[in-house]
Amino acid sequence: MSTSTHAMRKITYREAVREAIRDAIQKDERVFLMGEDVGRYGGCFAVSKGLLDELGPARILDTPLSESGFVGAGIGAALGGMRPIVEVMTCNFSLLAADQILNNAAVYLHMSGGLFNVPIVIRMATGGGRQVAAQHSRCLDGWYAHIPGIKVVSPATVEDARGMLWTALEDPDPVLIFENSGLYNMEGELAVDAGPVDIDSARIRRQGKHITLISYSASLIKSLDAAEILAREGIDAEVIDLRTLRPLDEKTFLESVGKTHRALIIDEGWRSGSISAEISARIMESGFFDLDAPVQRLCSVEVPMPYAKHLEDAALPQVDKIVDIVRSMVGANG
Amino acid sequence: MAEFRMPSLGSDMKEGTLLEWRVKVGDRVKHGDIIAVVDTDKAAIEIEVFEDGIVETLIVQPGQKVPVGTVMALIRQEGATGARAIPVTAPALEGAPIRAAQEVAPPMERIARAVQGAFEPSAPRDETQRLRASPYARKLAAQQGVDLSLLRGTGPGGAIRATDVERAASGVESTASVAAAVEEPVTRGPVPSAEKPTPLPTGTEQPRVAADPAAMRRAIAAAMERSNREIPHYYLQTRIDLSRTLRWLESENLKRSIKERILPVVPLIKAVALALTETPELNGYWIDDRHQPQETINIGFAIALRQGGLIAPAILQADTKSIDEMMECMRDLITRARAGRLRRSEMTDATITVTSLGDLGVETVYGVIYPPQVALVGFGKVTEQPWVENGMLGIRPVLTATLAADHRATDGRRGAQFLDALNTILQEPARL
Repeated sequence: MSTSTHAMRKITYREAVREAIRDAIQKDERVFLMGEDVGRYGGCFAVSKGLLDELGPARILDTPLSESGFVGAGIGAALGGMRPIVEVMTCNFSLLAADQILNNAAVYLHMSGGLFNVPIVIRMATGGGRQVAAQHSRCLDGWYAHIPGIKVVSPATVEDARGMLWTALEDPDPVLIFENSGLYNMEGELAVDAGPVDIDSARIRRQGKHITLISYSASLIKSLDAAEILAREGIDAEVIDLRTLRPLDEKTFLESVGKTHRALIIDEGWRSGSISAEISARIMESGFFDLDAPVQRLCSVEVPMPYAKHLEDAALPQVDKIVDIVRSMVGANG
Repeated sequence: MAEFRMPSLGSDMKEGTLLEWRVKVGDRVKHGDIIAVVDTDKAAIEIEVFEDGIVETLIVQPGQKVPVGTVMALIRQEGATGARAIPVTAPALEGAPIRAAQEVAPPMERIARAVQGAFEPSAPRDETQRLRASPYARKLAAQQGVDLSLLRGTGPGGAIRATDVERAASGVESTASVAAAVEEPVTRGPVPSAEKPTPLPTGTEQPRVAADPAAMRRAIAAAMERSNREIPHYYLQTRIDLSRTLRWLESENLKRSIKERILPVVPLIKAVALALTETPELNGYWIDDRHQPQETINIGFAIALRQGGLIAPAILQADTKSIDEMMECMRDLITRARAGRLRRSEMTDATITVTSLGDLGVETVYGVIYPPQVALVGFGKVTEQPWVENGMLGIRPVLTATLAADHRATDGRRGAQFLDALNTILQEPARL
């Protein structure tokens, strides 16, 4: 569905998401956006700026400060035949709606004996790095990926930011879209007529032969930067964008590890019980005999996110750390 | 999933080198098909498979030397689902506790099942000496025939990585670590391969490796040493008037073209086979402190090789073969033995050995039994000698036949009955 052969334009991740929302609302009368400050304020991250004027209050709904309430309302709307896009300001606040997500959205299809599916899309900002401290900097993409009954996607490119929403809306079951707040200002090339993309496969963003870097979202961008540096040293890293954390496209990373024989997973989530642990386990299970080095992980340090800039930087996966680990894994002798 | 293992092709065999696969993954095989050629210290042997099925995985690669009992390939039985093949890394030779070859003697396929347990070359070693190598390095080493135990790892904690294997395979590996390997105590028998592994180019027809005379000598030494150490031999000798047999042979040969003529040794071997049907105790093995006579009579026939050494492939089911079939079989065996193209069953299934040194003028052969067989029949030169029969003196072609037999398995009386039967048969050559 990529249209790379077509005319390209520069666009930010934020604009790409906005375009996706506008497009979906215009295409399907069942689609609407609801959330805190998405209307008059234009969204906490200015994603929906201008959409209220453009599309009207019936399609862009400001909600009270009650995550449990408006996520529940969104679930009800989905059950009632609508296709709601519910914006939760950040994933930190989604914990207030965790009951709605885990205990209702994820299980209704099962509990109703297959009678009621919940075609809701919940968008939320995720990730740290903006000096907003411990309560506002969590990266819970992988945490939600633990839950059966929902899909979890983490777009890292403008193409995915533009294309994943529509596919998520068409999905009959709940889809959570995690937009890393550090990516909103990122600019990228997008085809003028860019449209929907799949939400069930990983992508190789860079071909390589010495090691596989497996990542997603903002960490993907860091991994690609690291691969550039490593390439100058003669280390040819393959970089995989998971895109979807649930269900995991293990075929793509297993094939890659089968080729490179080494894997480093870069995950902004905490290390213990993380999606990186899951990926590592799957490589052991299915790719053990192709490994030439133990699988390594670079995750966020397991602390509440510090406010101080230098400490926050130290707590998050960074390009130089990726480079160091890869050097030690591939090695001068490698 | 059936496992195709490196067979023991002799009581003296501890390891073998895979020379070539005759099959590839996905090929359908059936019982008796020759699927591999293995080089022992003695010769290149064609190996049959004993299961019907489809070749699932070829684990050992041509050029690789592995201990007896190593799983070389997996055969998926028909109907079985194609379970994910588990790559089995061939174990390194050095220091691996291989006792199978010592204790287990041919015929492998008969007794392999009974002693399968002793064949686990992948049995964990003492953890402290466990080789640190990455899974992929092990896989590569297996594919390229590199002995991991001879490598020095460059990975964390000295772990062997793929790059170390690749370097060794390309011949760049320093020999620094080889010395250490050689210093390990070497037990009796062929010296474990400390020499550099020689990866063979893949994808091309492998030249057959000529038997290494020194290795063959060591192999013979091991077998003979064991024989003289373990087997209490007894020897019997008899002189046989061969005039009737030779006359019969002459008339038989007149009916044949030169090419089809029968050599004098053929009726002798046939006579041994027939005599054994009357004294079956001499046909078989002594294994596990037990006499194990065999029903099938497979006569190992010692063939001297041009490059030195000897080999005794079996004429299978000799008692059921006609003289012509046996002659044909022998021609074939001699040709193939000298070309190094014997089959596994021919190398392992002999139930008794015949050795004939008459062409060199030897009158009497005092044989050394090839373990775990329990008898060896020796033939000397046929010489014209004065012979008294019914009070009449005449000149007859006389053959000295000897029997060396294992006294644990039989007693002299049985041996005497065998030689008597042999004589009787040779006096009535029509029975041949």
